[in-house]
Amino acid sequence: MSASPSNVVVANGITRQFGEGDTSVHALRGIDVCIPSGELTAVMGPSGSGKSTLMHILAGLDKPTAGSVHIAGTEITALGDTELTKLRRRHIGFIFQFFNLLPMLTARENVLLPLTIAGAKPGPGWFDELIGRVGLTDRLTHRPAELSGGQQQRVAIARALVSRPSVVFADEPTGNLDSTTSGEILALMRSSVEEYGQTTVMVTHDANAAAMADRVLFLADGQIVQELPRSSPRDILLAIEKLGIR
Amino acid sequence: MIRFAIRALIQRKLRTVLTALSIVLGVAMVSGTYVLTDSIGTAFDSIFGQTYKNTDAAITGKSAISNNQSDTTTPATFNQNLLAQVQALPEVGAAIGSVSAEAQLIGSNGKAIVFGGAPNLGFSVDPDHPDFDSLNLVDGSWPVAREVVIDRATADKKGLEVGQMIGVQARGPVQRLRISGLVTFGAVSTIGGATLAGFRLSTAQDLFDKQGKLDQIRIAAKSGISQSQLISAVQKVLPAGTQVRTGQEQAVEDASGTSSFISFLQTFLLVFGGVALFVGSFVIANSLSITIAQRTREFATLRTLGATRRQVLGSVILEALVMGVLASVAGLLLGLALAKGLFRLFDAVGFTLPNSGLIFKPRTIVVALLVGILVTVVASLRPARRATRVPPIAAVREGVVLPPGRLARFRAGGAVLLAAAGFSSLLFGLFNHGLGTSSVLILMLVGALAVFVGVALFASRLVRPMASAANPLARWSVVLFSVLVWPLFSLPFWLLRRGAWGPGSRGSRVGGFILGAALNPVLLIMVLIMVSRRAATGWRPEWPAEFPSVAPDRSATDIGGENSRRDPQRTASTAAALMIGLALVTLVATLAAAIIKPFEDAVDQIFTADYAITAQNNFSPIPPSVAAAAASTVGLESIASVRGGDGKAFGKTIQVTAVDPQAAEVLTLRWQDGAQAVLGQLDSDGAIVAKSYAKSHRLVRGSPISVLTPSGSTIQLKIAGIFDPPSGGSPFGQVTISSATFDRNYAAPQNLFTFAKLRGGVNDANTQSLEASLKAFPNAKVATRAQFKSNQISGIKSVLNILYVLLALSVVVSLFGIVNTLVLTVFERTRELGMMRAIGMTRRQTRRMIRHESVIIALIGAALGIALGLILAGLLIARVDFMSFALPTSQLITFAVVAVLVGIFAAIFPARRAARLNPLEALQYE
Ligand SMILES: Nc1ncnc2c1ncn2[C@@H]1O[C@H](COP(=O)(O)OP(=O)(O)OP(=O)(O)O)[C@@H](O)[C@H]1O
Ligand SMILES: [Mg+2]
Repeated sequence: MSASPSNVVVANGITRQFGEGDTSVHALRGIDVCIPSGELTAVMGPSGSGKSTLMHILAGLDKPTAGSVHIAGTEITALGDTELTKLRRRHIGFIFQFFNLLPMLTARENVLLPLTIAGAKPGPGWFDELIGRVGLTDRLTHRPAELSGGQQQRVAIARALVSRPSVVFADEPTGNLDSTTSGEILALMRSSVEEYGQTTVMVTHDANAAAMADRVLFLADGQIVQELPRSSPRDILLAIEKLGIR
Repeated sequence: MIRFAIRALIQRKLRTVLTALSIVLGVAMVSGTYVLTDSIGTAFDSIFGQTYKNTDAAITGKSAISNNQSDTTTPATFNQNLLAQVQALPEVGAAIGSVSAEAQLIGSNGKAIVFGGAPNLGFSVDPDHPDFDSLNLVDGSWPVAREVVIDRATADKKGLEVGQMIGVQARGPVQRLRISGLVTFGAVSTIGGATLAGFRLSTAQDLFDKQGKLDQIRIAAKSGISQSQLISAVQKVLPAGTQVRTGQEQAVEDASGTSSFISFLQTFLLVFGGVALFVGSFVIANSLSITIAQRTREFATLRTLGATRRQVLGSVILEALVMGVLASVAGLLLGLALAKGLFRLFDAVGFTLPNSGLIFKPRTIVVALLVGILVTVVASLRPARRATRVPPIAAVREGVVLPPGRLARFRAGGAVLLAAAGFSSLLFGLFNHGLGTSSVLILMLVGALAVFVGVALFASRLVRPMASAANPLARWSVVLFSVLVWPLFSLPFWLLRRGAWGPGSRGSRVGGFILGAALNPVLLIMVLIMVSRRAATGWRPEWPAEFPSVAPDRSATDIGGENSRRDPQRTASTAAALMIGLALVTLVATLAAAIIKPFEDAVDQIFTADYAITAQNNFSPIPPSVAAAAASTVGLESIASVRGGDGKAFGKTIQVTAVDPQAAEVLTLRWQDGAQAVLGQLDSDGAIVAKSYAKSHRLVRGSPISVLTPSGSTIQLKIAGIFDPPSGGSPFGQVTISSATFDRNYAAPQNLFTFAKLRGGVNDANTQSLEASLKAFPNAKVATRAQFKSNQISGIKSVLNILYVLLALSVVVSLFGIVNTLVLTVFERTRELGMMRAIGMTRRQTRRMIRHESVIIALIGAALGIALGLILAGLLIARVDFMSFALPTSQLITFAVVAVLVGIFAAIFPARRAARLNPLEALQYE
């Protein structure tokens, strides 16, 4: 695999080992993966298979024990803290399972936070359009504590998109929401891929969610065991069954 | 970003306020000190300026000894013939002569009128030249012979009126004079509670024993004559032993004593403000580290959103800065209120400070704000650096351990080194003779700071064993406390609430209610407020509550003890704040004991008389006429006084004392060379000196020594004996001569002490007859040896009490520190507390658990503080000759008890918060 311009993220031979000796855990055992630009990639797999670990490494939050990761053409495993931070500002957005909004800031301020930190301003019209898209127009002055879980995740999505990063990582973005709200959130993420061409990587346990993805990666025991193109929930469930990983 | 910082602070209102309080108090102390001393200073300046408002030149006597050390030397007087000479000068427009001295007013009950140790000023007034006088006559008329004007404040306080007779005692026995009028001093009604008494010049000269003499001549130039022309003209007629200054110069000279006192007071109070701020910096640093630990996820999220370490550092420091600004402004204003309160307080105890309005100088604002902000920001540096170590992955992973800082592994070693460096600096400062005072002070200050910080940093290593050791102590001291408050608080509170809300039969409820109200009426009011609050709002008081028990709750205290060991660093930092305050109170208590014990031993050795006669305030010199009156007491066997004044020998200013021949019978010295009898045979040229003085000037028996007196005469003396004073000191100065010689060379000699021996020793009859013979001298006081000791010590005791009060401020700051830590801890453990409540921990158990943790923290602080205080005191005592180490056991026990109380009180609020948590909500809390 190569660092072609159409691949936003390219990872080669990633292994990750936690701890030393007898108690050590091999969370990832040699993973090669490319995330093509403008696609929604879903990552599935049983609990403990290394999905989160992979995401953290791809996003530069964690360092692999071996292997390399390129984001937008830059090798990140060797970067220092400040360069990595700067790269994160430009290229990476996060959507967390537990939202991670700052409690003292309003929805508007939370959304704008990545730009505030980088000392930048949203392009003309972009902020309003984004807020309209995620449906938060009348909630902008509220604090997180005054918002529902779904609304909080919408704020988080807007926050991830506001700086138009090269890639957005979402680790079980609906893991903390009920099924109706989950559906809305997933639709929102899908539409961001469609309308803005937002490259997105999403970890999920939900076959319906994975069915919205352009590509589904299956992880088991720290390795990629299968890859599906855009598929129906039924096919995905079948694949899971066949792999015996649920 | 500044908006975020402010938001972050508002988000955590309670925590911010609790944290900031520690700085508010310190800054208030600093700004209050400045406002207070500036206001006093300005008022005094105006007083002294006013005194010489129309005076172009002032002639005073000149002392042959430049820097007067003791207040026992009356300024040299001069012959009043000079006045006529000066008046005859063509350059002089007008000139008046005056005398002044201490004049004690005696109330109609025969008691001296004193207000909190303030001076009793007596002086002559010249009604013919009102221009020179800054006194305003507000009632009656100026005095003629055997009349007096007094200040209106004294008259008001004592209900005195024009036309009444009043006693006045100066050099001789009490004189009865008629009050001819009341005066005020310029605009101020009183100067520090001082009493004023103005007389005709001739009356004053008689009273002060200065017949034919003057203390001062004030001169106004003829119009058209410049000040310098006047001065040079006056200089031509000046006899030896006099000097002339301009009015302004004289005002500055007169004010110098007061100004140096005010600047001393300022430094003194600022030191305690500094201590409070130092303790406050510990509290801030600790609270911030805890808050930052709790905000790990927040910082990590910021990092994932692209915030650099520098930005995280900046945001924490910015928060500290905002908090520092707010706290300092609040402290500044509180300081203003504090100064106002202090004026009131001094007024209430009779020591009215001159106050012509609170002075709020720009310097006060600048210093208070700067210090407060700086301390807050500096204290935030370490926690802020910790925040930068939060890795981005902490945003998604629970329980991420912060990577240790680069210096973490040197922490314990560094702490030990720092403390060691501090101790070496202290030792170097103390024992390296030949350093200047200021460098000694700086070395000691830096050393003490380093020791405190070093011990505080190292303390986290000591927390586990100390907490285990403190565990039973904490448990039982709390049980003891509970038993003590049970009948007056716990029981009545329960009875009152049961009476108000049931359950039980009507009769028992009413009976219990009445019993509760009788036991503690204050609680009755509290419960009534609770009842009305419940009726008015939907508020539910905590009821029903268990019947109050005092039995220790092993399981609750065990968990509390466990909690105190959970985060040793947090416990250590919290305890360290208390440690500093306790170390300082222990230090002063031990130093006081080290002074008092040798002093008492010295009195026991030297004081072989039956009685001592001193001034009412124990330290003012008294005129020899008092001793003369006492000498006529029936049954008197021997009486001797010790006089004192300044002198100069071997080029240095010394204290010269003098004794009467009968001193041999009332004072007992140990002799290195000579014998007890020498005291009675000093004659006209004999002198005795202490062993150390003899050694440093190579004096032996028979050595000549010459002493210059303030009047300019030189006394030629021979060493008649060398004595060995006890370590607690002696009543004698460097050189002691006979009173006859002293009186020949010193104007208006004064006694420091008079000692008397009566037939039959100390008994009621003798005490009464001695007091009877002193009836005309209400300012004099008779004391037995034991009374004399405790009177002399009372000065030290009151200084000690002032120090305790000032140090209490830093203990209060550390109390807030404990409250803060506990509140933060409760907040942090919300889920855990909810879980424990859910599985059956009662509210009372929750409270006890928190309280136990608090008391353990306080005990650790107390143990460290008392140990450190004793060590520091030991060092100082080893250095100072007149001190010897004595353990102030009862004080130390008091301090430990106070520490436990601090722990108990600090826990009240956090424990209530913890107990109020609803288990269900606490579990849902995220
Ligand atoms: N910080 C860590 N220290 C030690 N082991 C870890 C750590 N993080 C993850 N692991 C281990 O690595 C393996 C993969 O964990 P990971 O969190 O990536 O799984 P996951 O696929 O995201 O599971 P889930 O679906 O439950 O979120 C697990 O066995 C886990 O125990
Ligand atoms: Mg996971």
